[in-house]
Amino acid sequence: MKTIGILGVGKVGVVIAQLLLKAGYKVLLAGSGSPDKIALTVKVLTPGAVAVTKQEAVKQADIVILALPLGKYQTIPKDELAGKLVIDAMNYWWEVDGDQPDLKDLTTSTSETIQKFLPESHVVKAFSHIGYHELHDETRPAGAPGRKAIAIAGNNEADLDTIAGLVNDVGFDPVIIGPLAFGIRLEPGSDVFGAHVEAAALQSMVDHFPQTELGKKVLSARK
Amino acid sequence: MTGKKHEVLFGIDTFGDLPVDDNKNLLTYAQAIRQVVDEAVLAEKVGIDAIALGEHHRPEYAISAPDTVLAGIATKTSKITLATGVTVLSSDDPVRVFERFSTIDALSNGRAQVILGRGSFTESFPLFGYDLQDYEVLFEEKVQLFAELLKEKPVTWEGTTRAALDKADVFPKTESGHIETMIGVGGSPQSVIRAAHYNFPLMLAIIGGSPDRFVPYIDLYRQATKEFGTKTHPIGMHSPGFIADTDEEAIRLAWPPYKKSHDRIGKTRGWAPITRDQFMYEIVNGSLYIGSPETVAKKMARSIKLLGVGRFDLVYGQGPLAASARLKFIELYGTKVIPRVRELLAEDER
Ligand SMILES: NC(=O)c1ccc[n+]([C@@H]2O[C@H](COP(=O)([O-])OP(=O)(O)OC[C@H]3O[C@@H](n4cnc5c(N)ncnc54)[C@H](OP(=O)(O)O)[C@@H]3O)[C@@H](O)[C@H]2O)c1
Repeated sequence: MKTIGILGVGKVGVVIAQLLLKAGYKVLLAGSGSPDKIALTVKVLTPGAVAVTKQEAVKQADIVILALPLGKYQTIPKDELAGKLVIDAMNYWWEVDGDQPDLKDLTTSTSETIQKFLPESHVVKAFSHIGYHELHDETRPAGAPGRKAIAIAGNNEADLDTIAGLVNDVGFDPVIIGPLAFGIRLEPGSDVFGAHVEAAALQSMVDHFPQTELGKKVLSARK
Repeated sequence: MTGKKHEVLFGIDTFGDLPVDDNKNLLTYAQAIRQVVDEAVLAEKVGIDAIALGEHHRPEYAISAPDTVLAGIATKTSKITLATGVTVLSSDDPVRVFERFSTIDALSNGRAQVILGRGSFTESFPLFGYDLQDYEVLFEEKVQLFAELLKEKPVTWEGTTRAALDKADVFPKTESGHIETMIGVGGSPQSVIRAAHYNFPLMLAIIGGSPDRFVPYIDLYRQATKEFGTKTHPIGMHSPGFIADTDEEAIRLAWPPYKKSHDRIGKTRGWAPITRDQFMYEIVNGSLYIGSPETVAKKMARSIKLLGVGRFDLVYGQGPLAASARLKFIELYGTKVIPRVRELLAEDER
């Protein structure tokens, strides 16, 4: 089975770890500090996962999930991440990250900013738009009626397929929406942000983006 | 379990949202604050154990200085616990927070209670000249200093977030020698561990999704207190709600102001407007305690049993709700819901 490393053992990191463990993945977790700082959390909330350093989590993992505050992205161990498949689950959130002009730039999605910071990694955006409550409460087996969807954006078809498989494994319908630049269609201010809906509804929200307030702003900023 | 009766305290909690009068006109900020004082007096009369006031610095809320409002309530009541929900310690001075609460404690004959936390908004940071990037160190240092101040002995302290203290003695002292202090926690495991480390009881803010998700967090708190050798205090929870005579009436009254409040906050944070389906989903499966006294009592009893909490605070009055409906809510909560929840809990223990 694949090994997944998660950076950030907060609200979202914990839930993603729980879902992956349930689906049979091997999970490594790392916070900002040493592994013993998160050892108890890992033991109680995500039994079966292993608390490690950021470097270890990255080195041993087939796929790395970024679930730390976006404002801290420059602390991500970028050399170790070279060649790895990376899921960016992060959003720019003023209440946490404070005012950060580079993350507000409408000409680029925040996932493209992460890709630029990790030039030798394969970055895919996923798990970012759904709140951690719903992520926890709304898993369903494949084919079940009412199964909710998670949007995925990325530039490489093989990577997208791999992540689509992972999303499916943990209990959601994957919806591939396009290249990493489309990640902005999932960011705060978009209709998709916060949405826990089925695949068709998710797709139509994504398609409708250019007609929305944020969509128009993005288009005119990118002209 | 010891076979001891499951004693539960019941509170209400408000941010001081601006209500409307019966003609749908918004009250002034001053009227809204006096309304909260009246609500506290009524709450005590109908047997509610605690009132908690949030601290916000935004146009839709009247309460930015909850401790001052609590001081007003203190002199008009005699039993009800006077709490904050929450005091944003990171952008405040722990010495001043202690002084203000020990003053409330004096005015109220020992009923002051501090609930420390991050709160759901962070507008106090730019307002008071703090950088959100420093949040962790601000909270960590100030909680540690506050824990020292609570011992009510001269404090010697040094850190990076305020001037050092050299055997500083802080007044007024309380009569009991201790101000009750809890830590309010959302879904972050680190904050749970921090509460255990500083020997503070936990107040869980469960504002969305199913409460079931928090079961392992309670285990985490218990195990952490064991590891640190601190006390395993009873845990509290708070969740939003509203009560009227029937389910239909409660939903009809609560939905428009709830949506207004949700969408207004959502606009600044970038989440989409809430749909009625989502609202109903939260009522049925999630953490909105909205309905008739029987509906709300059943839902509360389930959560209290599931999580084994010793206190349940209902957050009320989201958005521009009618002031009269808020008073009615408090009356129904005190006279119908609380007794019924106690009954449901007792049935189970028999
Ligand atoms: N909350 C949601 O519903 C939701 C949904 C989707 C996506 N997201 C996104 O997911 C990310 C995490 O959000 P959250 O709600 O889980 O926040 P959170 O509860 O505050 O957790 C953040 C975690 O990141 C860790 N961390 C901080 N700095 C770090 C660093 N430099 N390296 C490694 N770990 C670090 C923190 O641990 P330490 O104590 O060790 O610092 C903490 O455990 C954010 O970008 C957010 O926008 C959130």
